[in-house]
Amino acid sequence: MTDPTPLHTPLFDWHQTNGGRMVDFAGWSMPVQYTSIVEEHQAVRSGVGLFDVSHMGRLAFDGPKALSWINLVATNDATKLEPGRIQYSLLANDLGGLIDDILVYRLDKSYYVVCNASNRDRVVAQFGEHQEGFKATLTDKTVETAMIAVQGPAAAATLQPLVDRPLDGLKYYHVATGKLMGEVEALVSRTGYTGEDGFELIVPGPSASRVWIALMESGSGFGVAPIGLGARDTLRFEAAMPLYGHELSDTINPFAAGVGWAVKIDKGDFVGSDALKQHKQSPGSTRVGLKLDGKRIARQGSMVTADDRTLGSVTSGTFAPTLQASLAMALIDPGSSAPGTKVVVDVRGKPEPAEVVPLPFYKRPKP
Amino acid sequence: MDPKKFRYSPTHEWVDVEGDTAVVGLSKFAVDQLTDLLTIELPKVGARLTAGKSFGEVESVKSVNDLYAPISGEVVEVNQALLDDVQVLSEDPYVKGWLVKIKVDDPAEAGKLLDHSAYEIKIAEDEH
Repeated sequence: MTDPTPLHTPLFDWHQTNGGRMVDFAGWSMPVQYTSIVEEHQAVRSGVGLFDVSHMGRLAFDGPKALSWINLVATNDATKLEPGRIQYSLLANDLGGLIDDILVYRLDKSYYVVCNASNRDRVVAQFGEHQEGFKATLTDKTVETAMIAVQGPAAAATLQPLVDRPLDGLKYYHVATGKLMGEVEALVSRTGYTGEDGFELIVPGPSASRVWIALMESGSGFGVAPIGLGARDTLRFEAAMPLYGHELSDTINPFAAGVGWAVKIDKGDFVGSDALKQHKQSPGSTRVGLKLDGKRIARQGSMVTADDRTLGSVTSGTFAPTLQASLAMALIDPGSSAPGTKVVVDVRGKPEPAEVVPLPFYKRPKP
Repeated sequence: MDPKKFRYSPTHEWVDVEGDTAVVGLSKFAVDQLTDLLTIELPKVGARLTAGKSFGEVESVKSVNDLYAPISGEVVEVNQALLDDVQVLSEDPYVKGWLVKIKVDDPAEAGKLLDHSAYEIKIAEDEH
């Protein structure tokens, strides 16, 4: 299962010397928190936070048929991608469950796929299995590059002094090449996993520490903080962004998970398309938000019932720092998914009353 | 209350025995590891504690953890201030943040637990 000697990102030493509590995560040694999950969460909502997301898989696609190859393996319509744009997409298995959720970057001449650390091997294998006939190559750039997320209302103000292009013109889900600090070639995208404005930078591994330290200095006036995996999870949770292994899995279809919009059934044949057509007709369950009356957390696997009838189970739950409530996402019977529906969640043997609430839990204020 | 004179379980509970009563709490190390505490569940007065068995749970944003009895006995007092506001435990785990007071079955049982210096060595190892 987990590699006994976890990989280190180029920022490992910085994390260790700056109070990062390191844990093994998907084969990498990563900081789960530096100070407190709640403090780090608030830093991103109110100012800016830096995330080392170098563990995410970064795969470069080159060649004349790279686009057709990606379009066969992934569910969204990659032919609709303009250069400089990014698309959320999914890798389905033959039964219409999910191998991973990914971002596809269209650059000038090539493509980039960013995938989850835990699924990198499976994603590479899935592309390999369907490569025949496509004149294209996949190069795994994960180890030689680093990835840093800059997230929060002050993300642009923090990053702008370091980058040689105006960030104003870089819209959400757009990507551009840029030079950081006059010398570091980077891919700069306006993306993130927090529900805030923000950017993700892909830089050469050996430059990662310099960029990180410069960002820490640049953000000092905005209360910049390094953010661990713990707050990364509470932030994405409040924004109701799905997480593989929770809302998404081999056996959860994308229509139940609420990401069916990233499946373009009519684009032509693609991996999993037959099964996905069936799932679209009858997803079986639907992803909802739940608000518990009490403070206890309904964690993954907690059963959701109403009048002693099982409706489904919790996929993620936490005490939401911004909203100050015990919230959960669950996959339940669509018949009981209307906001306002009263349900009961079994939290470690004790029934806790809850109510179905709309997703996302948190939406950032309009600037 | 002097944490240096307490006895500690490997599961991070402390116990301060005086005569046949004991105060039970959770170590600062454990509280710092949990961080962001949300709720705590403690037994009621009259409940039996058995050394090594769970007698409650403390939940943080990160995880839920059982509390294990460092010593056997009967609960004679529960820290109501803690049930009202679990932050008391984060702020002061050794004085205001005690968990329960118990009438112990056998005061000598505490001798099986770690003393302060042995506990310090244990948590230094845990951090690596």
